[in-house]
Amino acid sequence: MRLSGISYRVGSELWLRDIDLALAAGGINVLLGATLAGKTTLLRIMAGLDRPTEGRLLDGDRDLTGVPVRKRNVAMVYQQFINYPSLTVYENIASPLRVARKSESEIRTRVTQLAETLRLTQFLSRYPAELSGGQQQRTALARALAKDAELLLLDEPLINLDYKLREELRTELTQLFAGGRTTVVYATTEPLEALQLGGHTTLLAAGRVLQSGPTLEVFRRPSSLEAARAFSDPPLNIIPAHVLDSVRLPTTQTPASEIVLGIRAHEFSLAAAPGQAALSGRVELAEISGSETFIHLARDDVRLVAQIPGVHDLPLNEPCTLYVRPASLYGFDRSGRLLFAPES
Amino acid sequence: MALIDLEDVGHRYAGAADAWALRPMTMTWNDGGAYALLGPSGCGKTTLLNIISGLIAPTRGKVLFDGRDVTTLPPEARNIAQVFQFPVVYDTMTVFDNLAFPLRNRGWDTARLRLRVEEVADILELRADLGRRARALSADQKQKISLGRGLVRPDVAAVLFDEPLTVIDPHLKWLLRRKLKQIHEQLKLSLLYVTHDQTEALTFADQVVVMSQGEMVQIGTPEQLFETPAHRFVGHFIGSPGMNFLPCEWRSGAATLAGVRVETSSKQAPPSGATLSIGVRPEYLELAATPGPNAVPVRIAAIRDQGIQTMVQLEVGASLAWAKLRNAGVALPSTAAFARLPPARCALYADERRVP
Repeated sequence: MRLSGISYRVGSELWLRDIDLALAAGGINVLLGATLAGKTTLLRIMAGLDRPTEGRLLDGDRDLTGVPVRKRNVAMVYQQFINYPSLTVYENIASPLRVARKSESEIRTRVTQLAETLRLTQFLSRYPAELSGGQQQRTALARALAKDAELLLLDEPLINLDYKLREELRTELTQLFAGGRTTVVYATTEPLEALQLGGHTTLLAAGRVLQSGPTLEVFRRPSSLEAARAFSDPPLNIIPAHVLDSVRLPTTQTPASEIVLGIRAHEFSLAAAPGQAALSGRVELAEISGSETFIHLARDDVRLVAQIPGVHDLPLNEPCTLYVRPASLYGFDRSGRLLFAPES
Repeated sequence: MALIDLEDVGHRYAGAADAWALRPMTMTWNDGGAYALLGPSGCGKTTLLNIISGLIAPTRGKVLFDGRDVTTLPPEARNIAQVFQFPVVYDTMTVFDNLAFPLRNRGWDTARLRLRVEEVADILELRADLGRRARALSADQKQKISLGRGLVRPDVAAVLFDEPLTVIDPHLKWLLRRKLKQIHEQLKLSLLYVTHDQTEALTFADQVVVMSQGEMVQIGTPEQLFETPAHRFVGHFIGSPGMNFLPCEWRSGAATLAGVRVETSSKQAPPSGATLSIGVRPEYLELAATPGPNAVPVRIAAIRDQGIQTMVQLEVGASLAWAKLRNAGVALPSTAAFARLPPARCALYADERRVP
């Protein structure tokens, strides 16, 4: 599927502007962007729920623009857990197969198999209201998969789940989608989720595509400061180049005074190593995420976030030094264009 | 502030006669401590909070505030403050009046009241908004007012928080987490915080109580929960992904995994007949090309480059384990055939419990 020059206008507001995008067939396509970036609007257009103001939706040579959702082979899963409340889990999963008039034995085989993949086997005779949030969302996912659609659209499907469940389901989904024939589009606000899903990623901001490509390529080589920020969590550390005046930067035409450096939080360490640059400051907060510590460091007018493996309980307001390899620095010019990126 | 004791407190909901929502437990909450109750939905953490606040009278046991039995007293008679998931503010009042409300109710004089409201407003960065009506504020700001109202009374026995950052946008969450931590350092109130989010719990609390299926499975500092989980559930729930548990055997006085004798931090012998496993965090598994002490043979089943880290899935005997490698200029040993378990970083688990 290809989107060509898609714009979407609501009143005087342009919600999507001039979007060109080719989806990788049979793979995961992540739409990564903050709330209101246009992810849901774009998914609805892909599904045929909304018609773009301008532009076309193409499937090979076929123009899908304006073909309603009923006539398309599409399945969609939303943030909220949407199931048929009066049907059992079994019948919920079976419902698209019944619409497609599959035989009873085909239905049984497919439902059993999907229930096993999504760990719903023991809940098949229950009703949605008797399930936990995670089980309800797995039911919704199983129903979407039962449809065996060419295009599966997932709109932040894990957002309303407990942290640990999210982690488990994300691993399961990644395995489930790998090597399938379904083209999956997965909208998320979380950069880490995009990295874990892999595949291709399109960065969206304010209704525009910032960058699109294989997930790791976009992550490692963001084309602009805006793209680097959109694909960093914790936020990208941005400092003027002169703060690290001892570091020799890769040669560019741009004078150092006009370069801003980007440092991803995971590139910092607490232990010094030869050749590393040091940044000292005061600990504003040490946030412990379970396996990592996010150290928020205040330094003059700069605030830094470092993601350090392990649990470190650093006292607030105490001095602290962070170290970074010069080879891990990104450089941007004043207009935000990428000047240099770490070698990968 | 008060010392809060739970003596053999347990709870069953009506209609669930055989199941404890909260298994009988005894626990002391120290004056001025910052505690988090952490667990998945349905683990009993909210039930426990509601028993302390007085919203629920426990089926058995006693709740004592500074030695005084408050078990059957309603919340308003317990001298506690509460902050809920969603902001509870008086829309038509100004921010100042919202914050002052709990103090006016207790007859504080105007001058003293103003000082305290301004102190709390300063900490929460609400000073500039004191004259505004609450209605005009965003959900985040309203929740800050709720936090402020919970914290404004210096004489409360405890402040109870029930998932207070649920409605807060991710980029503001860390600001408020920092605020809560500062508040605890400055105001020295007893704080009890319920959440399913490990980051919120581990960042906020000095002591985290991990709960599962109505039971407290471990109480400890964030470091203890990460480094020495007392229970497999804690190993699994804390950390991302959770701890690996590799089934092992006990042979001639040592844990044996995939035919290799593995030294662990457990000093005692496990009870006989227990199901044994070795727990090791994905962060601590070291890949190696050649054999060595405490290194077990592995086969690499999958490698996932996730940009900031590389996850390596390993087959160890008949089980699977994750190794988490940091991508900071370190190349993955593509020929890795062994994984070393650093003795100090792994432990023996008998059934669900860590062997000391």
